[in-house]
Amino acid sequence: MPELIVTRDIDVENIDILPVYRQHGGYQALEKALKTYQPDDIVEIVKQSGLRGRGGAGFATGVKWGFLPKESPRPRYLCCNADESEPGTFKDRMLMEKNPHLLVEGVILTAYATKVHHAFIYVRGELGLAGRQVARAVREAYEAGYIGTDILGSGYDLEVTVHRGAGAYICGEESALMESLEGRRGYPRLKPPFPAVVGLYGGPTVINNAETLATIPAIVLNGADWYASFGTEKSKGTRIYCLSGHVNKPGNYELPLGTPLRVLIEECGGGVWKGKKLKAIIPGGSSTPFLMPDKLDTPLDFESIAAAGSMLGSGGIVVLDEDTCIVGAVLRMTEFYRDESCGKCTPCREGTYWLTELLERLEHGQGLERDVPLLLDICDNMLGKCFCPLGDAATMSISSSIKLFKDEYLYHIREGHCMVGPGALAAAAIAR
Amino acid sequence: MVSAEAKEQMRAVAAQYPTLRSAVLPALYIAQDEEGYITEAALEAVAEALRLNVDEVKSVATFYTMFFKEQPGKRVIKVCTSISCYLRGCDQLVEHLENRLGVKRGETTADGRYTLLTAECLASCGTAPVLQVNNEFVEQVTPESADALIDALNQELDNESAGTAQGQEKAATPATPEKSRTEAAGTKRR
Repeated sequence: MPELIVTRDIDVENIDILPVYRQHGGYQALEKALKTYQPDDIVEIVKQSGLRGRGGAGFATGVKWGFLPKESPRPRYLCCNADESEPGTFKDRMLMEKNPHLLVEGVILTAYATKVHHAFIYVRGELGLAGRQVARAVREAYEAGYIGTDILGSGYDLEVTVHRGAGAYICGEESALMESLEGRRGYPRLKPPFPAVVGLYGGPTVINNAETLATIPAIVLNGADWYASFGTEKSKGTRIYCLSGHVNKPGNYELPLGTPLRVLIEECGGGVWKGKKLKAIIPGGSSTPFLMPDKLDTPLDFESIAAAGSMLGSGGIVVLDEDTCIVGAVLRMTEFYRDESCGKCTPCREGTYWLTELLERLEHGQGLERDVPLLLDICDNMLGKCFCPLGDAATMSISSSIKLFKDEYLYHIREGHCMVGPGALAAAAIAR
Repeated sequence: MVSAEAKEQMRAVAAQYPTLRSAVLPALYIAQDEEGYITEAALEAVAEALRLNVDEVKSVATFYTMFFKEQPGKRVIKVCTSISCYLRGCDQLVEHLENRLGVKRGETTADGRYTLLTAECLASCGTAPVLQVNNEFVEQVTPESADALIDALNQELDNESAGTAQGQEKAATPATPEKSRTEAAGTKRR
């Protein structure tokens, strides 16, 4: 069994309440940090640990913290991005529901390291229980003196506000999250300036994913070298992989980075559901290109998955079996982006709509020969040309599925129905 | 009409933020909890409490999916229809619930008991297909367990309309930021 870091205590009974969390070493990292480290020391430790963001982009966490200016006239802020909404991803919700204090301790440590005195935890609105758990953990931490003024006698002050979102995928994009926190529609902001320079309320701001922050206590407690001993040369540590779709045992599995995809799907997930054949894998949430079964031995780290033609993203691995109609699956993913496009920029607002229309037509057997190049043309007009990454994300499954499963698209056009799955069965029944 | 207490709550929440405007979402939740949905009165109350104009508040309220534009049913059922739930048969589940409740997705039953909605990925892919009842999760739903759920909810609603406390205790109510500061952790429906 590989060592567990963020999910180590996830199944401990009542770990969500402070006394039990403390019995399992809770807030020891905070005590150690306030007694022995200056804020910059912690930034250095996290840099040395090689921790990279777990929200999707995989940016080096310590380096991001280091971007904050030394001095600034405006207050500095920390935002914990717990607006988990990427299809295929369900790790942050589990952390918040089961072990909210770990996240809160990570928030306090990060705020201390970055010299922030007001932190916000932006919890997705739909996650009722997760939001209540985090709010309660924050309240308990206030009462115990881990948050507030003069924390543990160190002279360090911190306020933490738990903010509940209200239903918008785009608010997981860092600049839209800040807009939302400021009480506006969740429209992304133009970058640069980056949040580290001009962020929330115009002040220097650190924004980190919930799992990233939940990793900080262990790194502070055990040291950078310990954390860097897991994983690969460029992708250090462990991370939670969310396994879903057509597998026998879907769920969250924490593994060292660099673990082969096959281990996750076959050993952890118990293989493809109902003993069917594997058709394709989405390795990092619906915003990442498909991988084919021949890529099963690819190590799950940022570089190897990129070399295989996709992205590790948010660690949401979705398995599709042989009976899945690719056009149908891609349509479903594209509908998501159509519904969640914020509408600020034209290529995404219009593009996601027309992509959905075309895919719908194809899926229902009314597609034309020219629809496939037209899909690619729309993708080309979106990729890199939208205001924020949501538009780019919407194109990933489409362009990769046309590359890998073009015959299936053409089959829909030629035969007027799906090649596999219920659509194919229905057509066969009619033919008989 | 939004009560004076609710407006007071809005101002109290606003104290946790550097600006009044930042409290728009929590304030809208408070107003919605009282009014049932975002009414003109709700918009006015939020605008007044946070010193914004009504149109500014409306532009925010109409952006986010969790604010209702009309009176929803007493139990709002949201079925996730994103990719992982799709692969595990959520479309059949939606159809089953449509038949059972006699409404199409997006509609509210004539008796005002249920609103059936479809939702984007609810971060529960490992236990697909999933739905929520007033933001509380029900996981690994089958047509049979969906029927049992509706039976249980009907019972709950019967008890509520009969005015017994029993139903009130069991009912899953959406938590406002204020309630969540004072209540114990909720438990997952099994």
